[in-house]
Amino acid sequence: MNHSKIEKNVGLLGVLTAIVISIGGLVEIVPLYFTGQVGEAAPGVKPYTALQLEGRDIYLREGCYNCHSQMIRPMRAETERYGHYSLAGESVYDHPFQFGSKRTGPDLARVGGRYSDEWHRAHLNNPRDVVPESNMPAFPWLAKTMIDAEGTAAKMKAMRRVGVPYSDTDIETAQAAVAGHTEQDALIDYLQMLGTASKTWVK
Amino acid sequence: MSGFWNLWVMGLVTANLVFVGWLLYATSTGKKDDQPAGPETTGHTWDGDLKEYNNPLPRWWLNVFYASIAFAIVYLVMFPGFGNFKGLLGWSSVGQWQHQKADADAIVAREFAKFDGKSIAELSTDPGALRIAKNLFAANCSACHGSDAHGGKGFPNLTNPNLSWGRSQDAIVATISGGRQGVMPAWQDALGADGVVQVANYVYALSGRTAPDPQAAAAGAGKFAAVCAACHGADGKGNPLLGAPNLADEYWIYGSSLQTIEETVSHGRQNQMPAWGDLLGEQRVKLLAGYIYSLAPPSAAN
Repeated sequence: MNHSKIEKNVGLLGVLTAIVISIGGLVEIVPLYFTGQVGEAAPGVKPYTALQLEGRDIYLREGCYNCHSQMIRPMRAETERYGHYSLAGESVYDHPFQFGSKRTGPDLARVGGRYSDEWHRAHLNNPRDVVPESNMPAFPWLAKTMIDAEGTAAKMKAMRRVGVPYSDTDIETAQAAVAGHTEQDALIDYLQMLGTASKTWVK
Repeated sequence: MSGFWNLWVMGLVTANLVFVGWLLYATSTGKKDDQPAGPETTGHTWDGDLKEYNNPLPRWWLNVFYASIAFAIVYLVMFPGFGNFKGLLGWSSVGQWQHQKADADAIVAREFAKFDGKSIAELSTDPGALRIAKNLFAANCSACHGSDAHGGKGFPNLTNPNLSWGRSQDAIVATISGGRQGVMPAWQDALGADGVVQVANYVYALSGRTAPDPQAAAAGAGKFAAVCAACHGADGKGNPLLGAPNLADEYWIYGSSLQTIEETVSHGRQNQMPAWGDLLGEQRVKLLAGYIYSLAPPSAAN
């Protein structure tokens, strides 16, 4: 075979390269969109409430995912520390999912209910107050900034468009549900929900 | 996976392996034997004398590539990956986890069997139990109560001989496994601004200190008896059944300053200890309870 044909024709080289690198995605990613296992919610998993959704947006905005994963792998050392390993069905309402890829801090997939709300307030205002050796940055402005309730309904509509089953009532009452809450309230509400659905199937 | 996606994966994987094998074979044959005199060139000349070799792929490199194709086939036979085929070894990540967990659980069960039937008080003096319990405490409890168990603002000091919810063996186990929800109502409406100052001064003096405003403290006595004594007791020594802290000792959950006490009386407090029973399991809770018990055993309290 004469490979000089490919080497002298950039267009052909590009097309063939695209075909070659797409094989992995076609085999590993495409079928997942069409199988129930990853598209159906795990037992007890519900769409985020308006306040939790706002809290999740704070989580994204502040880049929490840079240091915290939300993905417990089926390895004993991890399940011993964090709880039951994560299921695909726990992330169905996450757009985008928050698996993360680096653990400078601990995994947060099952942090809900692990600490009290007051602990989270102290910890977000200054992590060193409760964990002296912590290297997490402080987020004191969250307690002083109110959620912009005007945008909540639009965010929920966008989530509905990508498949989260919000009802019209959910969207209509969204603004009232988040009004008067600080960003810290929303973030804590989100954190305290993480992984709580697993209580229905663990044990 | 449904039938179609199963075939989709199998088809693409097979086609890929066949294609790669063919590509290697096609590009590596028929070049060497008829060119004994020297390396083949592409036939082009650049800048007058620059020529490009068209050497065959090195034999060792080709063999490594063939070997990796063979490895892929063996892998797909042994492990999951070829559509719905589970692999001859029956391996799965969850199966591996269950296996690891069963092994570790057996070791832990053997370790913990030493403590079977022992009371919390007995565990509190057992060096082996305390060694494990201190590690459990560092991993699970120190985030709130501190690595030395001395707590912090809003998080009780566990060396306190008068814990809000009680220091009995049963009470400590119940607190750890079931959690607690402490609720103190806000009294500023009932007491008024002056009343809050008076009661705060009275509470300030309960632990043997001199109130900043002794007159106010005296005026606060009646209000304390009417409002606060229902939970904290007439002498202010608290009530573990309600989780009402002892106000007459030197331990303070939120701080001992007059300002903090006024804040507590005015606005009340909500304090939660999460439940750890499900996560830790009965045996670990017992070991932890033994450690907490050892921090201030009854003899030390008297």
